[in-house]
Amino acid sequence: MYDFQVKTPASVDDVKAAVGDAEDGQFLAGGQTLIPVLKQRLAMPSDLISLGRVDGLSGIQAAGDSITIKAMTTHADVAANGDIKSAIPALAKLAGGIGDPHVRNRGTIGGSVANNDPAADYPAAVLGLGATVVTTEREIDADNFFTGMFETSLKEGELITEIRFPIPEVAGYIKFPNPATRYALVGVMVAKTGNTVRVAVTGAGPSVFRVAEMEQALTGNFSPDSIKDGLVAADDLNNDIHASREYRAHLIGVLARRAVAEASS
Amino acid sequence: MPAITVRVNGLEVSKEVDARTLLSTFIREELKLTGTHVGCDTSQCGACVVTMNGKTVKSCATFAWEADGADIGTIEGLAQGDELHPMQAAFREHHGLQCGFCTPGMVMTAVQMVKENPSIDEEGIKAGLEGNICRCTGYQNIIEAVKTGAKAMRG
Repeated sequence: MYDFQVKTPASVDDVKAAVGDAEDGQFLAGGQTLIPVLKQRLAMPSDLISLGRVDGLSGIQAAGDSITIKAMTTHADVAANGDIKSAIPALAKLAGGIGDPHVRNRGTIGGSVANNDPAADYPAAVLGLGATVVTTEREIDADNFFTGMFETSLKEGELITEIRFPIPEVAGYIKFPNPATRYALVGVMVAKTGNTVRVAVTGAGPSVFRVAEMEQALTGNFSPDSIKDGLVAADDLNNDIHASREYRAHLIGVLARRAVAEASS
Repeated sequence: MPAITVRVNGLEVSKEVDARTLLSTFIREELKLTGTHVGCDTSQCGACVVTMNGKTVKSCATFAWEADGADIGTIEGLAQGDELHPMQAAFREHHGLQCGFCTPGMVMTAVQMVKENPSIDEEGIKAGLEGNICRCTGYQNIIEAVKTGAKAMRG
């Protein structure tokens, strides 16, 4: 890999200073994506600003109607957390299905969400549950956060500090994992709160997206039968060696029905 | 160059490392503990798994300086003198290997999963081994070994 300077700030203020000092700084969270990327020389940051020793960036807090997960909280900690398991079991399940146990011990929610891999699980949770991404500068609604393949509305040097998930009445997440990588070939998060239903799909397109037609159908009747085939056109979906766009379009319907069934059980 | 201090298998070591040094490289080339294997080097195979503060990590996807201050466990730290760890003995008893390249990562993963869940069942073992790839055995004997090792660890 190309050489870089290491910065290990101890506070969020130190992080901001390190960003300012760096010519082309890059945050390092759990490193489960970034380190392999660096090894392949696909990135050449001047500085790696390590978030591993920043005070107060890790932990889970339950309030009355929401769960807040700090950015450096690992997937393993989210999967095992009692408050999340009881309030949003679909979120604990999603975190427990990312990668493998070793990846889950290092990988973090902030890193995953900031990276916005088209096949990552967490974007489906953030968008499907209607979470709020809290940064060093502002709060960003999930609907305004994911802007394209590996693209988000984060500005240069802006750091995610925590993500706040409203607790839904019910939610379900089902993914069809790629058998080699465990990334989502397609993953669907369905959440219902009052008369609001959100359906978010990851793995199928260039970036996570909602399916308005399914949300409308489920708002009328929150039942797997409400989801008819063909609600998502294949045209704009991913087409690769793992699955055709038509297969992914089909999977979205199948997995959405299963997610509704899981949410209802 | 970052200066780091780590405890490896209970012994404290302090060294300066190049920023790019992976934990796997540090363990193998600086400490000469070559039991930790680098299989794929793309963080998929799990041959390089070690424990860091009691959690399994892929040492090829962790920088050495990220381990500063940490407690690291490698395969060399399991046996007590000539006496194999019960999980190592179980792998030998069940022939849970063929070429043996993946075995250090398998054993480190198995020991940790049993520590975290002493009564782990077969489904749990399979899920726990998802990050460890073996290209020889077809996994059956590895799973049998972990079951036996878990029983022995329970005592």
